[in-house]
Amino acid sequence: MKGYRILHKEAISDVTKLIVVEAPHVARNAKAGQFVIIRIDEKGERIPLTIADYDKDEGSITMIFQEVGKTTTQLGSLKVGDIILNITGPLGHPSEIQNYGSVICVGGGVGIAPIYPIARALKEAGNHVISIIGARTRSLIFWEEKLKAVSDELVVCTDDGSYGRKCLVTEPLKEILSDTKRTISRVWAIGPAIMMKFVASTTEPFKIPTIVSLNTIMIDGTGMCGGCRVSLKEGAKFVCVDGPEFDAHTIDWELLLRRLSYYRDEETYSLQRYKHKCNLDNL
Amino acid sequence: MSNLTKKQRMEIKRQVMPVQDPKTRIKNFEEVALGYNEETAILEAQRCLQCKKPLCVEACPVGVRIPQFIKALREKDFTLAVQEMKIKNNLPAICGRVCPQETQCEGSCIMGKHSSPVAIGRLERYIGDYELAHRTCPLQKTTSTGKKVAVVGSGPSGLTCAVDLGRFGHSVTIFESLHVAGGVLVYGIPEFRLPKRVVHSEVAYAMDCLGIEIKTDHVIGRTLTLKDLTDEFDAVFIGSGAGLPQFLRISGINLNGVMSANEFLTRVNLMMGYLFPEYDTPVKVGKRVAVIGAGNVAMDAARCSLRLQSILYDSPCEVYIIYRRSRQEVPARQEEVHHAEEEGIVFHYLTNPVEILGGNNGEVKAIRCIRMELGEPDNTGRKKPIPIPNTEFEIEVDTVIVALGTSPNPLIFIGADELQRTRHGTVVADPLTGKTSLQKVWAGGDVVTGAATVISAMGAGKRSAEDIHRYLIG
Ligand SMILES: Cc1cc2nc3c(=O)[nH]c(=O)nc-3n(C[C@H](O)[C@H](O)[C@H](O)COP(=O)(O)OP(=O)(O)OC[C@H]3O[C@@H](n4cnc5c(N)ncnc54)[C@H](O)[C@@H]3O)c2cc1C
Ligand code: FES
Repeated sequence: MKGYRILHKEAISDVTKLIVVEAPHVARNAKAGQFVIIRIDEKGERIPLTIADYDKDEGSITMIFQEVGKTTTQLGSLKVGDIILNITGPLGHPSEIQNYGSVICVGGGVGIAPIYPIARALKEAGNHVISIIGARTRSLIFWEEKLKAVSDELVVCTDDGSYGRKCLVTEPLKEILSDTKRTISRVWAIGPAIMMKFVASTTEPFKIPTIVSLNTIMIDGTGMCGGCRVSLKEGAKFVCVDGPEFDAHTIDWELLLRRLSYYRDEETYSLQRYKHKCNLDNL
Repeated sequence: MSNLTKKQRMEIKRQVMPVQDPKTRIKNFEEVALGYNEETAILEAQRCLQCKKPLCVEACPVGVRIPQFIKALREKDFTLAVQEMKIKNNLPAICGRVCPQETQCEGSCIMGKHSSPVAIGRLERYIGDYELAHRTCPLQKTTSTGKKVAVVGSGPSGLTCAVDLGRFGHSVTIFESLHVAGGVLVYGIPEFRLPKRVVHSEVAYAMDCLGIEIKTDHVIGRTLTLKDLTDEFDAVFIGSGAGLPQFLRISGINLNGVMSANEFLTRVNLMMGYLFPEYDTPVKVGKRVAVIGAGNVAMDAARCSLRLQSILYDSPCEVYIIYRRSRQEVPARQEEVHHAEEEGIVFHYLTNPVEILGGNNGEVKAIRCIRMELGEPDNTGRKKPIPIPNTEFEIEVDTVIVALGTSPNPLIFIGADELQRTRHGTVVADPLTGKTSLQKVWAGGDVVTGAATVISAMGAGKRSAEDIHRYLIG
């Protein structure tokens, strides 16, 4: 059968799932920071997912996603052995990994997953890695141990204080940046757009280069539609081909947030309809 | 009827194409032009004068044997008509529907000087549809040559090239970045002009008859590079089209509700957004839509908008075409403009957008335009539009679709710096053979010419296939 088989599946938090999928054509050239576009079935939409990990020998890639909309919820319901009809990639530019000195990696919510391979690569490149991970509440925190293993320092926080520090990720970030005994050369942040926006405004006064990975609405992922475009100081860019990583201080965040919400009503409707259908099927 | 005199033939009127009524068709995505039946097709075919020096053939970019296929058709030898057709054109059901016949074959038809040209396009479609239904003329493969060719892109150029190479006995693999083959034929041109079943059927048929392999989900430049292909295959044909949308450099272009025609048409056609929520991809249009441009792409975007509006809203809606030149210069196919007018699209000629205005939540509110007049011809030979000072005005709209042309998608050129290109980003290739500056690499279609036509892309694919064949067996 045409498509790509799910080899392994794990729930890594209440709403976050991990799948390993057989996709040798993607695994062959994949690098940290790149993404794929998937389409589950004939009627499915095309959505971008970060390549969280890859195994060239096995010919597989790992994807981690939060069940937020119809497509991710449906994806979360698939089992080992099930087929994803289309996976295209690897797309976008890989992360630029070098020895920068001391760096901070901020992962929020499902963004903890894609920040992990970056932190690991930065560590391997010889950086002093400080990781800050955060989520709304304890059950949404995952991979604390994995991040600890590749970080020199790790801060965990939750919005509601149910685990780690009770604060937003920007609070420890600001403390570290304000510490005059430290020199931070670079910050990476991956998470909800609103979090990345606040990370950008936190690091900006310190003039520390800050890289974010944007997850805009996409269709083709190859520069064909322009639906993924963002506005930077230097002009409009396509996230799928020019990104997904950009200098956070040049992004027009208001515009980005607005564009992300353009199809919100349709997305909500589609999810409700899907859940309703699943409930009927389960009767 | 076979022994009609010339005079009798000239007295037959051009047969009318049956169409869906405009009021009905703007509420569905089904085909507008319904096609001739056997009787009207034969009657129309009787009008052909079988010129000794057929000007129509000269005007056809691939030189279809027009008098011969029409003669077979009117003698009811449909199988022969298909054979005659397929000598030069393997996709008649597609070309019959989308070629700009008025500037090609029909534009040169001698009958046009007398009354109206023979409806060559419609007859071509008739023959194409006959073949789709009966498959009387299977694609045949000669003995295998053992040579392997990679084709990048599955639009008309890639498909044509692949089919001809397959017939010559080479083993062909098509690499396509999208999830389905067909290029613009599936992601751009809407169902009501070119039903997807036609494209899918032609693709499946080519694969079945010739054993062509299609690898979808493969973006050359990312999944594999051009170098990977030249290493693995004996020859490579690039038919990756011109899919990169151009946006206007005016303020407001990133507001919510402004999109490229490519995005809009991809949502509608490729992703079947008009069937949301049955299909997952949403597509939105407001009640007042402005489409900027007047090519085929603009007409398609405008007419899809109209149909979506009738699905989404009960109250009256409007769609505007905004074009900086006049009706004479409109580049779209005549039939499309005519259909668009019938359907109630409002044309603002000699009008150019200067700014898109947004509301409080960053959504489109209006488009500010300026009136234009036509000056001296520019280097393309068309009269240059010049803004008339102090004539700015606003049109209230909630969606703006930009259809101002596209250029080649540069992804394929990653890691292929030696491939010579023009400053417009198109590949430099020999017009007769499609040979590029890179060893083992040919190119054709929109990636060489910039956005052009289905038939010219097919012609380029054909010429390259011949040259690749010469190279491989030589
Ligand atoms: C909306 C619209 C309406 C049109 N209407 C008409 C009409 O009525 N009549 C007419 O004659 N012409 C029309 N045209 C123009 C016509 O469709 C094109 O000229 C023609 O399709 C070009 O063919 P092609 O094979 O060169 O490229 P395309 O049809 O563009 O196909 C290129 C293919 O290559 C794929 N590709 C691109 N890059 C890569 C890569 N790196 N790796 C792998 N695959 C890749 C693309 O996904 C695509 O499938 C229209 C165009 C549009 C957009
Ligand atoms: S997703 Fe279509 S251009 Fe980026």
